Amino acid sequence: MAQAPDTPLAPGALEHELEQADSRSRWLLSLPAIVIITLFATAPLLVMVLYSFLTPGDYGNVIWKFSTEGWTNVLMQRDIFDDTLIWADAHLSIFWRSVKLSLITTLLTLIFGLPTAWFVATRPKGQRELWLFLVTVPFWTNLLVRTIAIQELIRAEGVINNVLIFLHIIDEPIQMMFTDFAIGFGMTYVYLPLMVLPVYAAVEKLDFRLVEAAHDLYASRWTAFRRIILPMIKPGIIAGSILVFIPCLGAYVTPRVLGGGKNLMFGNLIELQFGAGRNWPLGAALSFTLMAIVMVALVYYVRLTSREEKTDV
Amino acid sequence: MKRLFAAASVLAMAAAAASAEELNLYNWGNYTNPELLEKFEKETGIKVIVTDFDSNDTALAKVKAGGHGYDLVVPSAGYVPIWIKEGLLAESRPDQMENFKNMDPMWVNVDWDPGRHYTVPWQWGTTGVAVNTKYYDGDIDTSAIFLDPPEELKGKINVVPEMGDVMGLAIMYYGGQPCTSDKEILKKVHAGLMEAKKSWLSMDYGNIEKFAKEDLWAGVNWNGSTFRMRLENPAVHYGYPKEGYVVWMDSVALLKDAKNPEAGKKFMNFIMEPENAALISKFARYANGIKGSEEFMPEDMKTAREIVIPEELKSAGRFLPTCPPEVQKLYTRIWTDLQK
Repeated sequence: MAQAPDTPLAPGALEHELEQADSRSRWLLSLPAIVIITLFATAPLLVMVLYSFLTPGDYGNVIWKFSTEGWTNVLMQRDIFDDTLIWADAHLSIFWRSVKLSLITTLLTLIFGLPTAWFVATRPKGQRELWLFLVTVPFWTNLLVRTIAIQELIRAEGVINNVLIFLHIIDEPIQMMFTDFAIGFGMTYVYLPLMVLPVYAAVEKLDFRLVEAAHDLYASRWTAFRRIILPMIKPGIIAGSILVFIPCLGAYVTPRVLGGGKNLMFGNLIELQFGAGRNWPLGAALSFTLMAIVMVALVYYVRLTSREEKTDV
Repeated sequence: MKRLFAAASVLAMAAAAASAEELNLYNWGNYTNPELLEKFEKETGIKVIVTDFDSNDTALAKVKAGGHGYDLVVPSAGYVPIWIKEGLLAESRPDQMENFKNMDPMWVNVDWDPGRHYTVPWQWGTTGVAVNTKYYDGDIDTSAIFLDPPEELKGKINVVPEMGDVMGLAIMYYGGQPCTSDKEILKKVHAGLMEAKKSWLSMDYGNIEKFAKEDLWAGVNWNGSTFRMRLENPAVHYGYPKEGYVVWMDSVALLKDAKNPEAGKKFMNFIMEPENAALISKFARYANGIKGSEEFMPEDMKTAREIVIPEELKSAGRFLPTCPPEVQKLYTRIWTDLQK
């Protein structure tokens, strides 16, 4: 007996219907997130874009008059004394200082973080959680409190100097507070966990049989590390570096508390424009410059890792 | 169960706090005597909540942005006209308050608030230099301490990052008047600051402890703060630069969008009572501008060099006016250049 279908169904129509319902509900489910992102991330950014194209008010705020001066002032400024247009070398050198500090911190966290991650990942399975947990302990305390605690260690009458003097290793306190050393030390300490965790995740997945195979083929330890281990944990290293580099670029509490605030960081420069500088458009333009650079770094990262995946296949 | 109980009790506490009358004071950090607030609460039943700021500009920017929830604010003299001009202050008429009679006449007709229609003195003081005389025993009544520092102090100097004060001191040191736009003088100021900075260790606030523990040996500082340093470390002394030092006064003002304006006015009247004004000074170690408060002051303040300006240096003190925007822009550029 020939069966007459109740409803004429084109092949695949049901799947199509289901798919539509599925995408509808997915859309509905993500609606709250989209609303929140629009309200609290996109909208303020748009306000900032707008402000960067306005004229600074006399005592902060903005006047509703279009101007591109905020943006040109990021790179070019009138000379203070003879009014010629010159490179804003103050902005550039402050920017370079932030980038340099971020690069150094990233490198230092890698140097200290990689062995740490390796150590944790090579513990027996039951112990790893404990070690990882210990890595996260510093996060329990507020950043500012930890930074001020470092001050207590390195100050002229601080713990380190007092111990060294007591042991007669030095006669006079070493100046550590308010130096580049202090900033590097503090930043490395603060951002180290952000490097350890992703690198740990990568090392944990490492197939150690491959390392053994390399040794079987007479690879030296260094060659095995360079040719086998490093390429395999590279995504973890890149992820860690990004996680450290980006917040470093905008960091300003640690450099200010440990560096003595004598030299501005990019974050301080932006703050100055919204405070004593009373130049909000320039502040907004500087913020966007920072964001643009972070974006470029991220895009570079995504391309770097996606190329990695392609060659993996 | 325990957690539920804890949450409930937190809620109950929050509810209790909300029912009591509250006053929100937005003041400089480490500047408000807790005893003063206790006394006010005891007398009026109003609980005062203090929030700190560390610079005039921070306070101005935050209040301008709105949604702050403060009732009273304590700006410095040069900033009061900006606050008024921007329409942020309520005309609270302290001159019609009961305790107004106690205000020292020298502080009534001031440039920034003639006749005192908006503000009540909180404290006044000077910006000069602090020096640890254990390390340097030369003349300390000069801005050369930080602008042309003696060899002994180099590398141990702090300059508070207060743009107005530091620019004012430097301009007067190089022979100009505050708010000058004279490029010749500013050129000297710029070059002088850039050169001097090489001998500075830091540009930071909150240095009482660092001076006391001798991380810092000299620097630009406020008189009352230096007084507190001396109490912790007797070698620290305050100098009044003879080339010109900055005199300032911070005054309490009622915000236009205050939630509790009546309590705010009560507080303004309260601090014009000599005994209460003395409490303010007892804590932060500055003078207060209220007649008769001296007799309630601690003994050590009556003769302290930080508070009693030496006769021969009195004329070197200057109030900082509000600089015009284009001058301010110039100063910001020099300031940014200094910290690049």
